[in-house]
Amino acid sequence: MEKQRYERPVIIKLESNMPNKFGLRTEYKPKTHIDNVSVKDLINEYGSPLFVISEKTIRSTYKNAKKAFTTRYPKVQFAWSYKTNYLSAVCNVFHQEGSWAEVVSGFEYDKAIKNGVDGKKIIFNGPDKTEKDLTKAIENDSLIHIDHLDELYTIIELSEKLNKKPKVAIRVNMDTGIYPMWDRFGFNYENGQAWDALNKIMRSKKLDLVGLHTHIGTFMLSPQAYGTAAYKLAELAIGIQKKYDHEIKYIDMGGGFASKNTLKGAYLPGVDTSPSFDDFSEAITSALINSDFKPDKLPLLILETGRALIDDAGFLLGTVISNKRLSDGKRTTIIDVGVNILFTSFWYDHKVTPAQPFTQYTEDTVLYGPLCMNIDVIRENASLPLLNKGDNIVIHQVGAYNMTQWMQFITLRPKVVMIDMDGKTHIIRENESIDSITSFEKVPEYLKKFEL
Amino acid sequence: MIKIKSNIAISDSGFIFNPANGESFSANPIGIEFFNFIKQGKPQEDIFENMLEKYNTDKNTLEKDYSDFVQTLNQFQLLDQDAEKEA
Repeated sequence: MEKQRYERPVIIKLESNMPNKFGLRTEYKPKTHIDNVSVKDLINEYGSPLFVISEKTIRSTYKNAKKAFTTRYPKVQFAWSYKTNYLSAVCNVFHQEGSWAEVVSGFEYDKAIKNGVDGKKIIFNGPDKTEKDLTKAIENDSLIHIDHLDELYTIIELSEKLNKKPKVAIRVNMDTGIYPMWDRFGFNYENGQAWDALNKIMRSKKLDLVGLHTHIGTFMLSPQAYGTAAYKLAELAIGIQKKYDHEIKYIDMGGGFASKNTLKGAYLPGVDTSPSFDDFSEAITSALINSDFKPDKLPLLILETGRALIDDAGFLLGTVISNKRLSDGKRTTIIDVGVNILFTSFWYDHKVTPAQPFTQYTEDTVLYGPLCMNIDVIRENASLPLLNKGDNIVIHQVGAYNMTQWMQFITLRPKVVMIDMDGKTHIIRENESIDSITSFEKVPEYLKKFEL
Repeated sequence: MIKIKSNIAISDSGFIFNPANGESFSANPIGIEFFNFIKQGKPQEDIFENMLEKYNTDKNTLEKDYSDFVQTLNQFQLLDQDAEKEA
């Protein structure tokens, strides 16, 4: 007779006081497959933990986003936000779909060039662009988004030195009615800094002012804030047209669209509360179309959406190391996924699903990572099915920021695998090894020997 | 000897009631089995043998889960402390 599946015994106190603010259990079905590839097979072949990227999800999410904007506005261009996930395979999926590159450092700029992006289709943002970076960008006719006056003066100097007219935009920060207002980047709209910078650019006659850029915040849950921002940029563009008879070719609304993740402390899951691409598009395109732009002179609309385009496509597979209890009897489960590779667990209550069948019984569980550090908490309170040692779990919506903000700390970073459109798997980043890490180190000769 | 208080009732579906303080609990099927074995006064080794025959698990896991389950019963004041002292 075949033996029955074992589940750890559990006894739960029934309480009829305040309802659990974290809600009832959310997991009803195990996540056994990703794009028809077995989670267990992936772990057996590539190890645990393991990042998995679904190419199919990237492409379908991108198409949804594009459709939301192109059905409402005539000229739309997406630029892939490299900092969100700059694994080359991921970038190239977006480039194949037609995305330009949006970079914020010399390193990211070089990566975009290395990936084969035409310099003219690279948007260079950020407060730290060195003279070397700027020279490269000017020579390649890239779109330089100026962050501060020191950068503006450096570009004017370089334009004289290189005898080229750099293509520039300014980043504008503004009050869009949301808190916190991001005013550390770019020039402020309300206090006149933006106009001051624009006047300096126009009067220098050394730079080609091609666009206006803003990026109002991150994980924005209010589409209307984008409407306000688009309206203010349109006002600036129309003002420049009137004052200098100069046409602004594009308006870049930046990124910051919320993904479907659930922010810590939120009562309702992100899937129910985050606005859709259609909501963001409606707010932005309505503001531009209703502004004073002539209908045949609408500027190109650029979007640098990162998180909302890639979060859903990323999965992190892991394994249960142990089940324990805290001093007060609270259930804890230790998994081999730590905050060093899942940086976003500081912001989100990530959805965690077992990769094998489970019963309807759950326990309120603290999910700890494997690091010998008190901060290594993946979920502070999750109503999870009963997991045994060696069971596998799938953490959802991890595509944004984790594969760029992760760090080699205590453990080594794992492989990243992409499942292609045909269900074939490809390693797109190898796991680290002791040799790959120590290859960066140098030990002075006199420290090589010791006796204990 | 671990002993569950004699006045604690358990239903077939795992609903556990403590009439002394009105508290109620719920156990999963394996929890019900452990609970009933302990209530019957079955020795640990017999419980493990019984479970190993029926379920796809190993003795280490059973030992660990048994001790965790007993600790929880104790925390919920379902164990007969006098019986433990006598033992």
